[in-house]
Amino acid sequence: MLSSLFAATDWTAPAIDYHGLAPEIVLAAGICVVLLVDLFLAERSKWLLASLTGFTLLGAFIPVLTLALDDAGVRSMFDGRYVIDDFSLIMKGLFLLVGYVVVLLSTTYIEEGDYYKGEYWVLMLTSITGMVMMTSSRDLISMFVALEFLSIPAYMLAAWRKRDLKSNEAGVKYFLLGVFASAVMLYGMSLLYGVTNSTMLTDLATEIAGDLTAVRVLAVVFLVIGFAFKVSAVPFHTWAPDTYEGAPTPVTAFLSVASKAAGFVALVTVLYVAVPAAADVWQPLMWVLAALTMTVGNVIALRQTNIVRMLAYSSISQGGFILMPLAVAAEGDASSAVLRSVVTYLIVYAATSLGMFAIVLTVSRKTRSGEISSFGGLFSYAPALAALTTIFLGSLAGIPPLGGWIGKFAAFQAVLDSGTGWGYAIAVIGAVNSVIAFGYYGNVMREIWMRPVPDGDTTPIKTPAPLVLALAITGVATLALGVLPGVALHFGDLATFAGAIGG
Amino acid sequence: MDQLRDANWVLSVGTFLPLAGVLVMLFIPKAEEQLNKAVALITAVATLGVGVYTLTQFDYDRAGDMQFVAETNWISVIKSTYFIGIDGISLPLYFLSMVITVLVMIYSWNHIPSPGNPKAFLILMLILQTGMAGTFIAQDLVLFFVFFELVLLPMYFMIGVWGGENRQYASLKFFLYTMFGSALMLVAFLALFFKTGAESFAIPYLVENGGAIAKNTQVWIFAGMFIGFAVKVPMFPFHTWLPDAHTQAPTQGSVILAAILLKLGTYGFVRIAIPTLPDAALEWAPWIGLLAVIGIIYGALGCLAQTDMKRLIAFSSVAHMGFVMLGISTLTSFGINAAVFGMVAHGLITGMLFFIAGSVKERYHTLEIAKLSGLLKQIPKMGWILGFCAMASLGLPGLAGFWGEFPAILSAYNPAEGLSEELYRVYMVVAAMGTVLAAAYLLWLYQRTAFGEPKGDAHGHDAHGHTGHGDEEIHDVTMAEWISWTPLLVAIVLFGVVPNLLFKVIDPAVTSVLASIGG
Repeated sequence: MLSSLFAATDWTAPAIDYHGLAPEIVLAAGICVVLLVDLFLAERSKWLLASLTGFTLLGAFIPVLTLALDDAGVRSMFDGRYVIDDFSLIMKGLFLLVGYVVVLLSTTYIEEGDYYKGEYWVLMLTSITGMVMMTSSRDLISMFVALEFLSIPAYMLAAWRKRDLKSNEAGVKYFLLGVFASAVMLYGMSLLYGVTNSTMLTDLATEIAGDLTAVRVLAVVFLVIGFAFKVSAVPFHTWAPDTYEGAPTPVTAFLSVASKAAGFVALVTVLYVAVPAAADVWQPLMWVLAALTMTVGNVIALRQTNIVRMLAYSSISQGGFILMPLAVAAEGDASSAVLRSVVTYLIVYAATSLGMFAIVLTVSRKTRSGEISSFGGLFSYAPALAALTTIFLGSLAGIPPLGGWIGKFAAFQAVLDSGTGWGYAIAVIGAVNSVIAFGYYGNVMREIWMRPVPDGDTTPIKTPAPLVLALAITGVATLALGVLPGVALHFGDLATFAGAIGG
Repeated sequence: MDQLRDANWVLSVGTFLPLAGVLVMLFIPKAEEQLNKAVALITAVATLGVGVYTLTQFDYDRAGDMQFVAETNWISVIKSTYFIGIDGISLPLYFLSMVITVLVMIYSWNHIPSPGNPKAFLILMLILQTGMAGTFIAQDLVLFFVFFELVLLPMYFMIGVWGGENRQYASLKFFLYTMFGSALMLVAFLALFFKTGAESFAIPYLVENGGAIAKNTQVWIFAGMFIGFAVKVPMFPFHTWLPDAHTQAPTQGSVILAAILLKLGTYGFVRIAIPTLPDAALEWAPWIGLLAVIGIIYGALGCLAQTDMKRLIAFSSVAHMGFVMLGISTLTSFGINAAVFGMVAHGLITGMLFFIAGSVKERYHTLEIAKLSGLLKQIPKMGWILGFCAMASLGLPGLAGFWGEFPAILSAYNPAEGLSEELYRVYMVVAAMGTVLAAAYLLWLYQRTAFGEPKGDAHGHDAHGHTGHGDEEIHDVTMAEWISWTPLLVAIVLFGVVPNLLFKVIDPAVTSVLASIGG
């Protein structure tokens, strides 16, 4: 039997574009090095690992740059199942930089903890590798592998503080719901494979273009719902607040920025490349998800008293703004504007949100509290931090000329570009929501600027060097993206997105 | 649009110079209060210097055209450009914003409101100045939006940190109202952009092509802009944030709010909403006129009911902006001329009134009208200035207020073609009654506060529990006050006696704005 198999397949090794795979190769090498070095390092020199992780991420960024400068066009491997186009390069770059900032956020936190210093970095690198792979995957199987690759380390990271009940809860909840989502998604994928006989996204597109039978509709819906869990869209968001609150704060930053962005990358890839023909199915679905996500996230965020929980709900609501333009992605020629808005929003949101988490980490070092009221009077004893916080919050609220406004602007522009009644309707919902959002962002600003310091404790805050660097990077990025929005939009204006509608 | 002058750097420098001052101040320690004040003042004066230079270089024979035009790429992906220019409508408001900032800075020299921290206070004021000046020169909707929003946060903090007792409520209300308006305004801007072929956000382009949009669509887009601008003006029934914001804001905040920020809304109507959507403007005009006259009467009645001097002045703003909006709603050159004049006059007069209110509060620790009395006896100079401003505010001929109010009423006699004459004549009569009410509330205010004998218990103790003021001499107008007030007082007389100074600049620009609606 074996011999007949061998005879039947004329197997040759596929051509591998090593330049194209260089970022992944650097990351893989980095994982091994960090793992090995950790074994031989004495406890007091574990700090080296953080630097090593940071260098790995920056090292992987170099080939991304050279690939971006290279005019070779779309690089495609394995029959187009793994491609390097503008979309994937931008997102790879974003994931690596986000990873670097998260390393900066984690450094002091992990130093001051007392266990598993090496493993933390290995898991983080692994998860980022999964994200980087996700951006290039154009096949259901490689997408699924990338998704698990990025998720499984994240489950463990969420439960990092193993003696803390909340952290355990965070990990378990995230794990159970994540696995459940994977299962739903896999079911959708298997149905798709069943009806089309292929796992390659571009094949799916041509197969599905024919007609939409019930089973195909079901497959698309399952697939979308699976990703909706990943991007914590309402009503599939229930894990997010508990996980965000319980996980160590740097991990929360990682989950709410990088992991979420990876979910959006996957979602956009599937919608644009695999099932554009089923737009009649997923556009209304996206509309409802976006409207619910924005509104519910906002309304619940209004009631939060814990800063991280508030940020969790705010991040859900921000996700709604990223979903919003997808509701009209296949209308007329809106697809490129929609893609631009999603990418722009992800970039801006990453800078701002990481900055806000850096603030939370810095301030909580002094206050030892996660309550919003612990920010009281920050302005009176740490004016620089207060000003930065204001910038980040203002950006999240979308106030020009701070970064966030251009994300919102691009999203509104994309939905109105479609010119449909549904587009206008969701634009108005979005507009109202962006006002509601100020309710809770403004609340934190009020604490910082207008309320007294709790307990009158005005000892200055000592900010460790990595956090200073993280604050500087994210602060400058947030301001620069707002004043020169052309930069972010330029990155969003993708020349190539292999196999996608309108691209 | 041809470039009229080579000196097109003037506007950019004038707008962004305050930010350079902010940058310098960031590196000055908070404790160096005098140095911070000096840098802020120098920056504001330098900015005013650029403004004066703009005045001298402005070609008054071509006040209807955009001048000092600069256009460079900004966000090319969404077809938005950094496109600025100034014409006869923008120029007075642009310059006024610079003057007011300088005067407020001078006033701040020894009037930093509690809880102190002049560094942060003045930085916010400089940022505010950039936003205000930028809004008046932006010729691109996205740029306009950015500047329009830029004033929000500084004002929010100014009210929220340095304001009165109820400051947090007032500042949040101010912010949410304005933000709600501008969110819908943004959607309207984008709709306008797409309906004109998604080519450009430049206002001249949109003016040229906006008229071609189907009337039904225009009406909806106008609705979005209307809410955005009407909240800012504020028009009845969107005015409820104003009395709170004004009452709670520190003196400097009230002055800037009254003198400049309210004008951003009316300016938006004149510059953007009406010329880009002419059909919708005709459709909406009667409703705007209706809300304007309701505002006039409601504001006046509101004034009569107030017991707090600052709150009274705030309500009088609602009434005055009603006159401005009435002038705009006629869609005639005459009416809009009156409206723009009214904006400047209201800026000068109401700004002045808020200055006085602030100084009275500082001396007597209260603004309760019932507790104030005999200003003329105790501080006669201040009393006379208050009287002067009250007269100007009620529209006494010979002072600036008259030329905003009277022509606005007159213009309603003969509205633009397509608007119901009968309706506007009714508006005219109602608005005229409003001026009587204005005389009533202002004279009553003056009578109660300035005449009579000074009350012994007006000072000595107040809500904050300060004691010991009884021995403190209540002094008349101080040096800093004289310096910051004289220019305003002079301008009120000057524009009252020679209104043509301003009308000459405004008129050609109004004519070219109205060209698009064939008015």
